[in-house]
Amino acid sequence: MFGLFGKARPPAPVFDFPGGVHPPQHKGRSNGTPIQPGPLPAQLVLPLNMHLGAPAKPCVAEGDRVLKGEKIAEPVGAVSAALHAPTSGTVVAIGPRPIQHPSGMDALCIVMEPDGEDRWIERRPVADPAALGPDGLVALLREAGVAGLGGAGFPTAVKVTLGDQQRVEQLIINAVECEPYITADDRLMRERADEIAGGIRLLQYLLNPQHTLIGIEDNKPEAIAAMRAACAGSDMEVRVVPTKYPSGGEKQLIQLLTGKEVPSGALPAQCGVVCQNVGTAWAIKRAVHDGEPLIRRVTTVTGDAVARPGNYETLLGTPVRDLLRHAGVDGERLGRLVMGGPMMGFTLHDPAVPVVKTSNCLIAATLEELPEPPPEQACIRCGACAESCPASLLPQQLYWYAKSDDFERAQRHDLMDCIECGACAYVCPSHIPLVQYYRYAKGEIRHQAAEQLKADRARERFEARQARLEKEREEKEARRRARLEANRQKQAAAPAGDDRRLADLKKAVGKASSAYKAAVKAAKTAEAQETDNAAELRARADQLKAEADRLKAELRDAKAGAPAAGAPVPAPTDLLADLKKAVGEASGAYKAAVKAAKAAEAEGTDNAHDLRAKADTLKAEADRLKAELRDAKAANPGAVVKLAPTGKAQDNAPATGDATTSAPEADPEAAAKRQKRLKALKTAYNMAHKQYKEAHAALERTERDAGDDDRERLDALAAKVDKLKAKADHCRDALNALVEEAKADIRAHTGKDLKTLKLEAARAETALRQKADELARLRDTADADTLETLDGELRALDEEAQVARRALKQAVQEQGLVEDDQ
Amino acid sequence: MTTVLIAIAALLALAAVFGAALGFASEKFKVEGDPIVDQIDALLPQTQCGQCGHPGCRPYAEAIAEGEEHNRCPPGGETTVEALADLLGREVLPLDDDGAEDAGEDRVAFIREDECIGCTKCIQACPVDAIVGAAKQMHTVIADECTGCDLCVEPCPVDCIDMLPRATTLATWSWDRPAGIGRRPEERIEVVNL
Amino acid sequence: MSLINAPSPHTRERTDTGAVMRRVILATLPGLAVLVWQFGAGVLFNVLWAAAVALAAEALFLRARGKPVGFYLRDGSALVTAVLLGLALPPTAPWWLTLIGVAFAIVVAKQLYGGLGMNPFNPAMVGYVLLLISFPVAMTQWIAPGQAPTLADSLALFLGQTPADAFSGATPLDTFRTWAGDAGALAEHGILQGVLAGRGWQWVNLAFLIGGLYLLARRVIGWHIPVAFLAGLGVPALIAHQIDAARFAGPLFHLFSGGAMLGAFFIATDPVSAATSRLGRFVQALLIGVLIWVIRTFGGYPDAVAFAVLLLNLAAPFIDYYTRPRAYGHKGARS
Repeated sequence: MFGLFGKARPPAPVFDFPGGVHPPQHKGRSNGTPIQPGPLPAQLVLPLNMHLGAPAKPCVAEGDRVLKGEKIAEPVGAVSAALHAPTSGTVVAIGPRPIQHPSGMDALCIVMEPDGEDRWIERRPVADPAALGPDGLVALLREAGVAGLGGAGFPTAVKVTLGDQQRVEQLIINAVECEPYITADDRLMRERADEIAGGIRLLQYLLNPQHTLIGIEDNKPEAIAAMRAACAGSDMEVRVVPTKYPSGGEKQLIQLLTGKEVPSGALPAQCGVVCQNVGTAWAIKRAVHDGEPLIRRVTTVTGDAVARPGNYETLLGTPVRDLLRHAGVDGERLGRLVMGGPMMGFTLHDPAVPVVKTSNCLIAATLEELPEPPPEQACIRCGACAESCPASLLPQQLYWYAKSDDFERAQRHDLMDCIECGACAYVCPSHIPLVQYYRYAKGEIRHQAAEQLKADRARERFEARQARLEKEREEKEARRRARLEANRQKQAAAPAGDDRRLADLKKAVGKASSAYKAAVKAAKTAEAQETDNAAELRARADQLKAEADRLKAELRDAKAGAPAAGAPVPAPTDLLADLKKAVGEASGAYKAAVKAAKAAEAEGTDNAHDLRAKADTLKAEADRLKAELRDAKAANPGAVVKLAPTGKAQDNAPATGDATTSAPEADPEAAAKRQKRLKALKTAYNMAHKQYKEAHAALERTERDAGDDDRERLDALAAKVDKLKAKADHCRDALNALVEEAKADIRAHTGKDLKTLKLEAARAETALRQKADELARLRDTADADTLETLDGELRALDEEAQVARRALKQAVQEQGLVEDDQ
Repeated sequence: MTTVLIAIAALLALAAVFGAALGFASEKFKVEGDPIVDQIDALLPQTQCGQCGHPGCRPYAEAIAEGEEHNRCPPGGETTVEALADLLGREVLPLDDDGAEDAGEDRVAFIREDECIGCTKCIQACPVDAIVGAAKQMHTVIADECTGCDLCVEPCPVDCIDMLPRATTLATWSWDRPAGIGRRPEERIEVVNL
Repeated sequence: MSLINAPSPHTRERTDTGAVMRRVILATLPGLAVLVWQFGAGVLFNVLWAAAVALAAEALFLRARGKPVGFYLRDGSALVTAVLLGLALPPTAPWWLTLIGVAFAIVVAKQLYGGLGMNPFNPAMVGYVLLLISFPVAMTQWIAPGQAPTLADSLALFLGQTPADAFSGATPLDTFRTWAGDAGALAEHGILQGVLAGRGWQWVNLAFLIGGLYLLARRVIGWHIPVAFLAGLGVPALIAHQIDAARFAGPLFHLFSGGAMLGAFFIATDPVSAATSRLGRFVQALLIGVLIWVIRTFGGYPDAVAFAVLLLNLAAPFIDYYTRPRAYGHKGARS
């Protein structure tokens, strides 16, 4: 329809948009006086995200002195704007402060203290913008921090950068100012129409539009006259639009002036329209012709709670509190503090929030003026909301969907095209906070989308990791096979006798050293628990060590004796590896001992001294081993290089009998070790528990018999009991942990947890028993065939039960887990 | 008699025609793979946390497709249970989360870096490779990639990993749901120094 | 000092649901007055009794549903339902008839569906149809217009007693139905010879029209529903009347008889059970009008506002589906 209309004659003066409301204007109280300078506050708080897009990056540090107009934060990324010092002074902090956001959250701000001198940095006005060229101008705007002063604060440099194929049919200057109360643009146009026109000319130069339309609502006759005068003789055209909220909405104004609709999800530029706020045009002029970055703006301060409502030319970063005081706020009467207009603005949580590039209005309203919202009532589907909706949505349906969290349906009813103008909530007779419902739903939808994105990424990463692990496993396997193959070939090639002896010896050494290690561990545990057999265990460990050393020596000799037979390099390397391990163990033991000693010292127990002594001994031992290792290394410099790969090879070669915890196969060695540890722990626990019980009984006895004079003795006893209990508890915890570990291992390598195995065994057992009972019952009555079948079944079940039992037993044993109930 | 025969013949002919058509259709429009598993997997939150008893979300998706209960995903919460029930045409079951209070809460692992000893155990445990660091070097969590699965907490020998609720930022903040019928959509804020 | 923290918008139009309902009730007063003038105080008894029953039933059920009783009663919707049903009932209706109808309307048609805003059907019409089907005789007994019984007789009727004089007379719609096609007989019946339509009833409808215009003027209702409703009823009547004046009554007769005006301005405009969009409401009301004419002319009942409204309530979701407005920036938009 509009199409026909548009083609028939030159652009019609004004189209219409559906819906809209007519709230009382309240503009008269602030548009009567000229723009006055704002206050110079004690501190200026400059949020790094005054604009839409990425927050700027500070380029000053705390304590820096800055001049007026000096850049204090750089734009980051494509959609961003610079930030400048609004006056000269000192940067006192860069940190989180409350900012202009409905959440009341803090964000990073640069805080500066003005020095009162208001000294400008050197300005570089551009006399001939054409000399700069479009790219130069755009860069200048970006550096000057110019962002939309009307609503969202979209960086102007981005908005005036067009794609190669884009043509601007209409440049629209938004001077509608449709929200009640606000008169900042009105006053600006009345007083600075020529500067605005200059800014518009710069925009025309950048965008080269076919038409330039300035949209002003018909309730601002003075501004219309001023702009008409300023635009006389140029190709700018002032279009007067009827007063109706929200005709100043970007999409609505485009529809009003051109009849075009911006497609859902697209930008106006995609349909050949660029919309700029009139204040932005002024800021562009100042930035280009006067070399002034965006450091101030005209802000309307109004509402019944201020004595001097009007428009103030405010430095960016001025805290709202200072501005309100400047306008004579009456704190007692203030009931609601709104930044922005009454339809789309947000209430402030804190008057310390600063005025920023987008702050066009501050309403300090009394409770009578903007009363408390009445409670939400049931929706009666009156449809007033739908009649007021400028986007032709069905607000009522959206409300039902948002309320029932049916976001999918809400989206299908074009929730995302809602501009949150508030017209629906304004007219709702049931006082439903419709806009908040939509914002809630939009937030949830965005949240869900983000979650989905994250889930997809997590899935990808998980799958990539799985693939990588699988590949690693395969490579490992391939390497192992290759090595086995190589060994076999070598064996076949080498004289059999020597080689076999060597291999046997190696195996023996491995066995001996693991036996030694297990013994050492058991001894250590025992020592830690202070059990009686600790000394005995230690002796046994020493004995084993001697044995292992003897074997090692033998192996060394054998290798030395048959250098041609075996591989010459591995011998010293093995030795080195062994030594290294020994060093590691010794130093580990030493460290543990030191820890124990320290703990004992801290507690002031008697054996602290002993423990310390033991630690010293261990240290000496470790040092000795280290020295030995050093010597060995020095003797075999070539081996050091090969140490790492060989060590690794050892890890992977099952023949060496080394404990490889990562291998999926059950490891008998580790199991044996664990079994020993388990036993030691159990003994320790039993003993500790017994001691504790005895001490406890003694304490009780004493308590019964003793009088008051024995207080001290009782206390001592009680302390002892507590200590013993702690010890017993400690033992039990350690035991439990070990058992748990073992169970986990069972699960890891049988794929079933212990419980499942037990259950399976029990189930098989039960089935077996039942079958046996049945057989017994039927033995006399049934015929031979049935009996035979039953017998067969019984046998099968028996086998099954045995398998299950065996699996369970094996699993348990493999992990060295012997439970009491078995 | 002939009528009966004609009827039978007609029915047989029809059966043959439709049978052929069905057979052709099932060949022609054969569905490759097992998309139901993909669909289930798409609904799972991909935390890969293993709280369902499976090593990852995909294996659980496969298990659900084979008939396992669809309520064993605490990170997904009730929403996921409902979505799965909807997809599979099953009943909506109460979430099987062992009564954990924080089920479904968005959390992120945080390594107290002073205490990290660089053992790489958490790196090995992380199902989505969201922890970086080398042996003997401090590790750190890439918060954006962390799914909050908890799997790194247990292996840490020095207990230096905390699961913290993901903080709301200006970018993730959104409006609360209105209080509903009978309530005022407003609250009071105390303001000083004005 | 404490400040309000509230979501935008911070200012609101000073209307509320209670005020809307009060205006609707106010707008029924002319109609009520004319009904009392023509048919006696029985109508007044009905309305007052219905209001009392509705409030009691609503309070009881709100309490049972655990809702704040005072808060919901203040929205006035129960009262509107009661008044509309009370106006639709015959002036001879005994108290128990009203009780059953109103209680059913409030409890079953409204509260069981979840209360105000959730009911798919107009509660007053559900109550009316229940009574019409269950007690057809009591529901079709009207008093001849202008022969209003005395206050005492009205009271006796209301209390369920049979007064000394029998009050009953056919309505114009009944009369026309009976003698349709017989031009001579139609001309004999004085009741059909009113200035606009049937005697008595024409003034009732005129009064409801005045009340409806008041609602339109106060923007309580939009013009779409009443205009479409009356057009849907009037246009087929006009066409048919041109074809055969003896068989089909004229548009004026249809528009000013029975519950036409009450239906157009007060019943079909009930927003809860109506379609959502303006176009949807227009279509729905048009269909209601047509259906009323069809049932009045060919159906088994003399009047059909209740049936037509309920049937089209049923179609509201369907109508909504096909009349969803094109949202800004969606397909069909230029460029």
